[in-house]
Amino acid sequence: MTDKKEKNWEPKIVAFFCNWCTYTAADLAGVSRLKYAPNVRVIRVMCSGRVDPQFILEAFAKGADGVLIGGCHPGDCHYSEGNYKTLRRVSLIKKLLAQVGIEEERFRLEWISGAEGEKVKIVINDMTEKIRKLGPLNMPEKFLDWDKEISELEKEIERVH
Amino acid sequence: MNNKDDIRIGFYICHCGTNIAGIVDVVDVKNHISKLKNVVVSRDYKYMCSDPGQELIQKDIKEFNLNRVVVASCSPTLHEKTFRNAVEKGGLNPFYFHMVNIREQVSWVHTDREKATSKAKDLCRAAIYRVRYHKMLERKRVPYNKDVLVVGGGIAGIQASLTLAAAGKKVYLVEEKPTIGGHMAMFDKTFPTLDCAACILTPKMSAVKGNKNIILWTYSEVKKVEGFAGNFKVTIRRKPRYVREELCVGCNQCIEACVFKEPKFPDEFNLGLGKRKPIYLPFPQSTPNVVLIDEQTCLHFKTGKCKQSCAAACDRKAIDFNQKEELKEIEVGSIILATGFNIFDAHKEPYYGYGIYPNVYTSLEVERLVNASGPTGGEVILRDGKKPKSIGIIHCVGSRSEKTNKWCSRVCCMYSLKLAHLLKEHTGAEIYNFYIDMRTPGKMYEEFYDRLLEEGVHFIRGKVAEVTDCALNKDEEGKLILRAEDTLAGFLRRIPVDMVVLSVGIEPDKKSKEMVRIFNIGCSTEGFFQERHPKLAPVHTFTDGIFIAGCCQGPKDIPDTVAQAGAAASEALALIDTGYLELEPNTAYIIEDECSGCKTCVNLCPYSAISYDEDKKKAYINEGLCKGCGTCVAACPSGAIKQNLFEDEQIFSEIEGVLIND
Repeated sequence: MTDKKEKNWEPKIVAFFCNWCTYTAADLAGVSRLKYAPNVRVIRVMCSGRVDPQFILEAFAKGADGVLIGGCHPGDCHYSEGNYKTLRRVSLIKKLLAQVGIEEERFRLEWISGAEGEKVKIVINDMTEKIRKLGPLNMPEKFLDWDKEISELEKEIERVH
Repeated sequence: MNNKDDIRIGFYICHCGTNIAGIVDVVDVKNHISKLKNVVVSRDYKYMCSDPGQELIQKDIKEFNLNRVVVASCSPTLHEKTFRNAVEKGGLNPFYFHMVNIREQVSWVHTDREKATSKAKDLCRAAIYRVRYHKMLERKRVPYNKDVLVVGGGIAGIQASLTLAAAGKKVYLVEEKPTIGGHMAMFDKTFPTLDCAACILTPKMSAVKGNKNIILWTYSEVKKVEGFAGNFKVTIRRKPRYVREELCVGCNQCIEACVFKEPKFPDEFNLGLGKRKPIYLPFPQSTPNVVLIDEQTCLHFKTGKCKQSCAAACDRKAIDFNQKEELKEIEVGSIILATGFNIFDAHKEPYYGYGIYPNVYTSLEVERLVNASGPTGGEVILRDGKKPKSIGIIHCVGSRSEKTNKWCSRVCCMYSLKLAHLLKEHTGAEIYNFYIDMRTPGKMYEEFYDRLLEEGVHFIRGKVAEVTDCALNKDEEGKLILRAEDTLAGFLRRIPVDMVVLSVGIEPDKKSKEMVRIFNIGCSTEGFFQERHPKLAPVHTFTDGIFIAGCCQGPKDIPDTVAQAGAAASEALALIDTGYLELEPNTAYIIEDECSGCKTCVNLCPYSAISYDEDKKKAYINEGLCKGCGTCVAACPSGAIKQNLFEDEQIFSEIEGVLIND
């Protein structure tokens, strides 16, 4: 099964786009009929500031190969400063992800204004290609492996005692 | 809330003709979704937004006792309202609905049918997972202030103000220059009818001044905007003009009396082609008809040693050297931005010699030169005192170029034709138009071009490479030579002329990016304000209650500007006459039992909607102030804050839905 999976493997990226800038830009890309990689699944939030660090971790844990956050440019946030809060959180999450062994190319924050349909295309294509090169992340399977490892260790401990 | 087992979902996927069905296998998606838990009906239909499409949902709600509805079609920004209404008509709370965007973000942007279908399945599945957690919600209504602020006193702002005032609404018209009129006041005649700009504009300017519903504040600018649609608080800075507006009658005796006997300083209205005194009226029909003193040139402000003869000459004692800037605070419900444009700075294309050769002019300068009230009284006299016998007009200066601005400025072809006509009429000179393409779309525009062809104006299809004074033969001596490839005849040409006119394009106003921040709206990378939808909401912005009109949104001619200004006014009127604004119920609330009182959220809120109750040791959210960004929700370490429509469970299930296929 794994073989078949790897042969047909396509990177799957979960994106959180803010309603006012990046989601609108993605709509604009559509209206302008720009073509980009079909690997991103967009979840709309009102502001990138709504993106709870848990959403990012959950996405990786449930099998995403990458996570993308799209917000308004600094200074242009529809809610004045939500994107600054995103920026602060993102720098922390990056450290955390590095510790879990998730490569930095797999997590990205981009400022894309409502007029930048072209940027949606560029960012999605670029991220898809970079992740394709890295290969699948497979967190769910890694979790299983880790669980197995731990239960074996536990058994080992029991045996020793 | 329903028990999870009682959830009955209806799923509908739209073909949108072939817009979606051409790329996404809608039947495959429909079958995939039909197998998911809680899905009672799963259908595909040609046009879900049509009446039969909406009726289909309503019928199913009754027949299958549905309590959740998911529609996969276009962007929610386009039709979410439509479907929420349909669901509501079917007897269900409109917020038991969720929409999936498989057109703008799937079928229109992908070419691989299989992959696009797979993406559509993921997104639809996520919506099914999500909608299970939807709750019954109610829209809140807030009262809507009837007063309107119009920013910018060009033809767009004037038109919008007059329309609103005619409907009996109170309008504050704020203009940064000392007079209203904008660029249109500087034009000589207007294409294609050749009626004089002043003759059609100045009656409207006086109508503004005379209208009891309009409060006109010129020489003023918006400093701060707070609040939201229906309830904006705006701070306006009124710059001192050192003349008391309520006393001045525009008799101009002060100007006569000024210690500078002759006008000495470049006059802004005539783009420096004429001169003015430190105390001046921008132009004879300035509205309000009130003079002002320029601090930069007035002897009193520069040296403090002027005998103030202007003040002595004013028998109404209107001159007040101690006038200070004033901050005014107003409350309005709607705002119309009509802040106009800048012309392209011709210095940026140095090969055309603007600022190098005195006889190279911008088109706007020529408007003043041919104008009877202009600096030369309408006589076309060059900077070197000669009258031109030959004139070259270069189109697309600062437009349609990779080096400067990519866009077509839309008006330059037509105004170049107009200037060609006027210059020929005034001087009898030979006129050469250098164009890339002749763009004359508009009522009677092509006919105007035909008329110019008959008038014997020369048209050369080719972009001018440079303007030079380097003569190669006797005929070229003392002339400006335009070098261009005549792309129709297929050879290089050198045309010697006495005068060159640069048809400069339209650019966003220099302050547009600052405006975007003040008003919290969007703009393109160039700086033109962003409309909510390029076709269906051309005067709306993404901020409710703020509308745009005229060239601040993009280059356009006077008829289109006036039409757009009318549209902006009527959209504002629609909100005013409703009397209230319905708010999206996506506000946040606190589950008191779970709040630990850590105050993390309190400082995060940009609207000060969160306060801390010292007695209870809990945070409290004022829903009336909450705008629904969700930043506090993401930050709460106890998970005690929830955002309606974007609850954690809803988003987690969406994440699961796009990733896991069970």
